[in-house]
Amino acid sequence: MSILVNKNTRVICQGITGKSGAFHTKGCKEYGTKMVGGVTPGKSGETVEGLPVFDTVEEAVLQTGANATMIFVPPPFTADAILEAVDAGIEVICAITEGVPVLDMVHVYAAVKRSKSVLIGPNCPGVITPGECKIGIMPGYIHQPGKVGIMSRSGTLTYEAVWQTSNLKLGQSSCIGLGGDPIVGTSYIEMFERFEKDPQTEVILMIGEIGGDAEEKAAEYVKAHVTKPVAAFIAGRTAPPGKRMGHAGAIITGGKGTAAEKVKALEAAGIVVAPSPADMGAAVAEALRRKK
Amino acid sequence: MKIHEYQAKELFRAFQVPILQGHVAKTPEEAQAAFDQLGGSLAVIKAQVHAGGRGKGAFIEVPAQRGVQLVRSGKEAAEAAKNMIGNRLVTIQTGPSGSPVHQVFLEQGCQIARELYAAVVLDRAAMKPLLMVSSEGGVDIEKVAEETPEKILREHFDPAHGLMPFQVRKLCKKLNISGPAAKNADIFFRKLCDFFVKLDCSMAEINPLVITKDDKMIALDGKITFDDNALYRHPDIKELRDEAEEEPAELRASNSGLSFVKLEGNIGCLVNGAGLAMATMDIIKYHGGAPANFLDVGGGANTQQVTEAFRIILSDANVEAILVNIFGGIARCTTIAQAIIDASKEVGFKVPLVVRLEGTEVEEGKKMLRESGLAIISADDLTDAAKKVVASVGK
Repeated sequence: MSILVNKNTRVICQGITGKSGAFHTKGCKEYGTKMVGGVTPGKSGETVEGLPVFDTVEEAVLQTGANATMIFVPPPFTADAILEAVDAGIEVICAITEGVPVLDMVHVYAAVKRSKSVLIGPNCPGVITPGECKIGIMPGYIHQPGKVGIMSRSGTLTYEAVWQTSNLKLGQSSCIGLGGDPIVGTSYIEMFERFEKDPQTEVILMIGEIGGDAEEKAAEYVKAHVTKPVAAFIAGRTAPPGKRMGHAGAIITGGKGTAAEKVKALEAAGIVVAPSPADMGAAVAEALRRKK
Repeated sequence: MKIHEYQAKELFRAFQVPILQGHVAKTPEEAQAAFDQLGGSLAVIKAQVHAGGRGKGAFIEVPAQRGVQLVRSGKEAAEAAKNMIGNRLVTIQTGPSGSPVHQVFLEQGCQIARELYAAVVLDRAAMKPLLMVSSEGGVDIEKVAEETPEKILREHFDPAHGLMPFQVRKLCKKLNISGPAAKNADIFFRKLCDFFVKLDCSMAEINPLVITKDDKMIALDGKITFDDNALYRHPDIKELRDEAEEEPAELRASNSGLSFVKLEGNIGCLVNGAGLAMATMDIIKYHGGAPANFLDVGGGANTQQVTEAFRIILSDANVEAILVNIFGGIARCTTIAQAIIDASKEVGFKVPLVVRLEGTEVEEGKKMLRESGLAIISADDLTDAAKKVVASVGK
């Protein structure tokens, strides 16, 4: 078991004829993901990596039975691409694209929540269930099937955590990159809910960062609803207020969203917080040990 | 992206958000002419910088001059403008070196009955835009939020149909605004929210927002931040960018597609990914060092970008060592290794360089660095890298 995606997930790529779309379609296919096609308006009939290209997502779903998509279209067209996938009934939508206007996401978020689709991203590395299905841009080889469920707002920091848990022979059940933008499709809480129910997941790692209050809300949820051990790390302990740290969402404003506040809330919920990013794997091991 | 008050007011005018008459001036003579053109016996002259707190701020060169001043004649306007233009204004938001003033804004006076505060922001928790209004205008709103949060009224709205009339009625009731002023409030708040949505703002703050003795509601100030990701839809707004307001190294970085924030420490950082870049700063601090910057070269960084990143880091005289931390996903370790070699040829590393590579093409990347003959301190993992770079500046 795993969450969101597995070996039966049938994946298309929106923006497959673009440079990134084609490159990562190849990478996902090589990893073993069931890539079944792609969509680029006006390019139907072409093939990329041996996969058929369609004009619309609706057509792609009809012809291939796709139930997941990864989106690489440029930022001005991303909202449209996500809504097209929602309209076609795609279950898992991963929007990799960085730089989507935030007001576009206000509309998209509301539409996604009215549907049965799950949106991961935008501005995220994607989703992976090691050994079964990789949807996105993460390097596959650092992963290992196992027991840690990982979720994060940051890409490369997730790789770091994956690497550490692989080196400790813990492995991962599924890893979700939620995205670094102020509005993303899925919250930590929704992923906690899924990891809690997933029998393969024995321990959950949440990688947060400064800005907003999503980590504090997740801590409250964990305290009330999660029985599995939880570890966490918060990036940006040394970030100065008022400065945006790369991600549009990573900014301390009005004295809110500091790492110190977040760490306090997490620890109060019984979560093991790694003091340094080098200790994320160790914190997971510690959380497992404490629960026994 | 931020803009100046006078630019915000021009945009307000276009969106029918009520403002007073005003003129921008780049010289004392223009300031004098602007005063005469306004035609009143009183005007306010305001230094144009992006930072807030201008009224209490002072100029480095002319300490007695504040950033905002009442003037009663063209001559007074010219004198104040002379003290402001070309000098640096220090406010609570600028830091000790201040911001350079290149223009001033002259605005009509008005008869103020009440001062309020209004701001539209994007509320991440609710995933919607939010209008905040407070009866405590003209003061530090963060202090109000902390000490008397009940004084800040909040109304979320859907960008598709904007702020609704009933929401303004609720606000007016709580703020004790009635009669003609309530009618003007309806126009003001709904136009302001419309402005926020149509121009893709991430913040539109009016402090103070005043009600005049003749019941008009007017924006006396305007601090606007735009969503950088949406600027492609607003080429005219993009033109309003004032590069003189930006930190030179940060400007240079953004022109090369790099994300860079200057900090006060002595260890330069070059990292891929925003989260890992923050975590790298954190681990340096954890082991007793101080990062000189945040720098994310991004996922698809090429050799030219990485070389430029090294140039920017090395242009900071405080930098005594550099830590490169790369976890290759899309970015390949070989690209970074080649950039390190190129940069060393071009700029030369006079400071210790600690490199930690992991991920895509790591073995090839490490081999390239070994064979380059450069004096690189190689690190095995994050902790090792942080300890080594901290030790190298301690010597």
